[in-house]
Amino acid sequence: MSLMTTLLVVLVLSALWASMTTPLLRAALALALTSAMLAVVMFSLGATLAAVIELSVCAGLISVVFVSVISLTQRRPFKEYLARRRARLRRLWPLPVVLLALGIGLSFVRAPVQIALPLPATDGDVRTVLWNLRQLDLFGQILILLAGVFGVLVLFKKEAKDGD
Amino acid sequence: MSTFLLLVPFLAVVILNLLPKRARVAAFAITFLVLALETAAAFVARFVAVDWSFLAPVERVLGFGLSLDHLGGLLLLCAGIVGMAALLVGRRTLAEASERFMFANLVLVALVGINGIAMVRDLFTLYVFVEVTAVATFILITLRHGGHAFEGAWKYVILSAVASVLMLSSVALLLLSVGGISLDEVKTALATPGTLTWVAIALFLCGLFVKGALVPFHGWLADAYTAAPAPVSVFMAGIVTKASGIFALLRIASSCLGGALPGREILLVVGALSIVVGAFLALGQSNMKRMLAYSSVSQMGYIVLALGGDLRLGIVAAALHFFNHAISKSQLFANAAAIEERLGTLDMDKMGGIAARMPVTAGTTAVATLSIAGLPPLAGFWSKLLIVMALWDAKEYAFAAVAILASLVTLAYFLSLQRRVFFGKTLPEWAAVREAGVGLLVPAVALAAITVVLGIGFPFALRVLLGGGA
Repeated sequence: MSLMTTLLVVLVLSALWASMTTPLLRAALALALTSAMLAVVMFSLGATLAAVIELSVCAGLISVVFVSVISLTQRRPFKEYLARRRARLRRLWPLPVVLLALGIGLSFVRAPVQIALPLPATDGDVRTVLWNLRQLDLFGQILILLAGVFGVLVLFKKEAKDGD
Repeated sequence: MSTFLLLVPFLAVVILNLLPKRARVAAFAITFLVLALETAAAFVARFVAVDWSFLAPVERVLGFGLSLDHLGGLLLLCAGIVGMAALLVGRRTLAEASERFMFANLVLVALVGINGIAMVRDLFTLYVFVEVTAVATFILITLRHGGHAFEGAWKYVILSAVASVLMLSSVALLLLSVGGISLDEVKTALATPGTLTWVAIALFLCGLFVKGALVPFHGWLADAYTAAPAPVSVFMAGIVTKASGIFALLRIASSCLGGALPGREILLVVGALSIVVGAFLALGQSNMKRMLAYSSVSQMGYIVLALGGDLRLGIVAAALHFFNHAISKSQLFANAAAIEERLGTLDMDKMGGIAARMPVTAGTTAVATLSIAGLPPLAGFWSKLLIVMALWDAKEYAFAAVAILASLVTLAYFLSLQRRVFFGKTLPEWAAVREAGVGLLVPAVALAAITVVLGIGFPFALRVLLGGGA
């Protein structure tokens, strides 16, 4: 098994773990592992800057945010936890089966497609792309962040007031 | 001018949040002014060639590469009109000052997203602005925490995430197969398409089907519309779902596909399924908002079906039905807000005979429902006629028959609404009910007037709205 195949298998397994596990902390860790694997895949493909952003933002910063929020939550009673875990596994067991079947099925497909893989952008090109060519997308990203801030204000301000 | 259509609402958000707390009561007025300016800009540009060169220095610095055509202008016009109606409904139904302030802010953010969708020329940027609109809408749905707000928003978030995966995968595949994602590059590639290009376009269309709540991806719509506060329902039903799903579809059809459309069978089947399934689901509802939501699924099916017919006529028909439905459906949700405010319920089985108590609401509801059902001389009749003609020209007789017959089902569920809510003897518990306040009547009457005027002056309206053809 080549390094890339191993990485992709670990990536899929950790993504499955993140989706199927019940404790939030484990799910956050599994998601961080998925992001780290994705970052390594990007490194292997030569997309250095994308890999650095994936590792620092998705695996790093977002995991910290998740863990901080989870630390504010309370543990469920053990019996309830077990019941929820059983229900979750009952609901999600087809997921790995479907993925496995899909993987096996796709490995037999030989579609007549021509893919001209473009060369990965170098660091300098990424700057040009972000600030000169895709500035409208950056503007869109600012708006999404702004909407996120309003989301926090709407959801949490009200909760705080309800709690009073 | 296009850059300003993004910058003005964005700067309005900044200004709103710089206002001192006591001055925040002006948030609605500022937002209304922005929406009125947008409506005026989109409407006036259809009559006179305005010289926007005095805005050129700013456009040179922020050269976003946007372009505004007749189709985009139509979306701006819809967004302006529906946004103003939603604000008027919100002014009356959102009790808390903080709710009203957040509503104004989020409408402006969503407006930037919708304006972006109207003017972009690139599939990835289209996706970005669809997401901007969607994120603002998730929060709008949860504006009032009660009822099923979180469930409705959650379903929308999950299905939107699926749509995002589909659209992003499509963009990645297009970069691989075409080497670019601008609408012009995709159009050129589609002249001699490879398998990968078709897969990419099919994935993007599926993403838009989810956003537009077309069958079989319609599961989230009824919950989201029902759970949302009244002004959010008006805004979502009137413009959000249409801009992020259906308009994007129209844009791709008009800009990339040109001439004949191979694979249009997908649009015909999805459109016909949405029309029929949406109509029958609407027929079985007792909650007024849920009936209106499923009716939206059905009517958006008409727009998609039109694109499967003769493409040139189909785009004109789809654009016109898009406008008509945006106006009529936001009006019906404004009427539902009036009824909920006065009766405290939207359960149609508990209503009856309130036409005598609320004559204006009953009258405007009748105008909108008859227009959506396609009765002459109202606006909905003309757009449905054009849809049937587009299908007939493409020799899709069976689908034309589906479009006509489903109109009868539309008429049936709307007559059922009228009978259960307005007709008959007034039930004793509603004997003391009074007509809704002016704040809720003004948007309903104004939107109903647009439907009537568009219907009566159809040739003039067609020229004004679409510049004589898309």
